Amino acid sequence: MGNTEATAKAAGDREAVEDGVAARVKELEERLAKLEEKDNALTLILMSGEFDKAMAAFIIANGALAMGKEVTMFVTFWGLDVIKKPSFSTAGRGFLEKMVLWMRPKGPDKIPTSKMNFGGMGPKLFRYMMGKKNVEQLSSLIEMAQEFGLKIIACQMSMDVMGLKQEDLIEGVEVGGVAAMLNSSYRSNSTLFI
Amino acid sequence: MAKTELDFRGMSCPMPIMKTAMAFKKAASGDVFQVVCDDPGFEPDIKAWCSETGNILESIEKKDKDIIATITKK
Repeated sequence: MGNTEATAKAAGDREAVEDGVAARVKELEERLAKLEEKDNALTLILMSGEFDKAMAAFIIANGALAMGKEVTMFVTFWGLDVIKKPSFSTAGRGFLEKMVLWMRPKGPDKIPTSKMNFGGMGPKLFRYMMGKKNVEQLSSLIEMAQEFGLKIIACQMSMDVMGLKQEDLIEGVEVGGVAAMLNSSYRSNSTLFI
Repeated sequence: MAKTELDFRGMSCPMPIMKTAMAFKKAASGDVFQVVCDDPGFEPDIKAWCSETGNILESIEKKDKDIIATITKK
C-alpha cells in the first residue's frame, strides 16, 4: 500500500467514525428531548362529579400550570357534571337521556359535596366558608386554568351514555377517547385519577 | 433595577402562585419582584415554585404575618 492510499483510507475511516458519532449524538438528543417533554406534563383524570374532588382537581391543575407544566384533564362519567353549562336545552334527545340529564346537576355551582351534602345545603355552606376565607370559587378556578392553557378533554363514550353533546359543555372543551387520555398519560411523568 | 411589588395578602392557595406565575409570564429575564403574602402556605409554595420553574429566590423574610419573597426571573 502506498503512503497516499493509506492516508486516504485513514481519512475515510475518520469520516465514517465522525458520521457514526454525529448520528448517535442526534439520537441521544432526541431521546433527551422526549424525556424533558415528559418532565413537563401532567395528566389528570376527573371521574368524580363532586364539588370537593373537583376543587382538588382544579387546584392541582392551576398549580401545575403556574409551575409551567402542560396540563391535560380528561373528564369522564360523573366528572362531566362539573364542566356542563349551567343550562342547556335537552330537545331532540331520547326519554331516558332526558331523564338522566334532568336528574344530574349542571355545572360547578350545582354539584354536591361527597360528604356533608345535607340535601344540597353542604355545598352552599362550603362555598360561603370558602368565600369568607378568600378561597377562589370552583367556577373561577376552571376559567383561570383554561386561560392558563389547561386542555380539557371530555370522554366521548360517557357523553354518549348520558346523552350529552359537546355544546352542552363549557367552551374550549375537546372531545376524545381512552387513547387520547393514554397518549397524554404516557407523555406525562405523573397521572392522577380523581 | 427597580423591583416590581406584588401584594397578594388575603389570598389563599393556589392564587398567590398563580398570580406570581402570571406576572412572571409578562416579565423579562433579570426582572426582580418582591412578592408579599400572608398565607402561611406561601413560604413552602414559593420555594417549590422557584425550584421547579428555575426562577431565583433571592431572599425570603417574615414581618409579622407577612412573608416577603424577592425573586429574579431567570
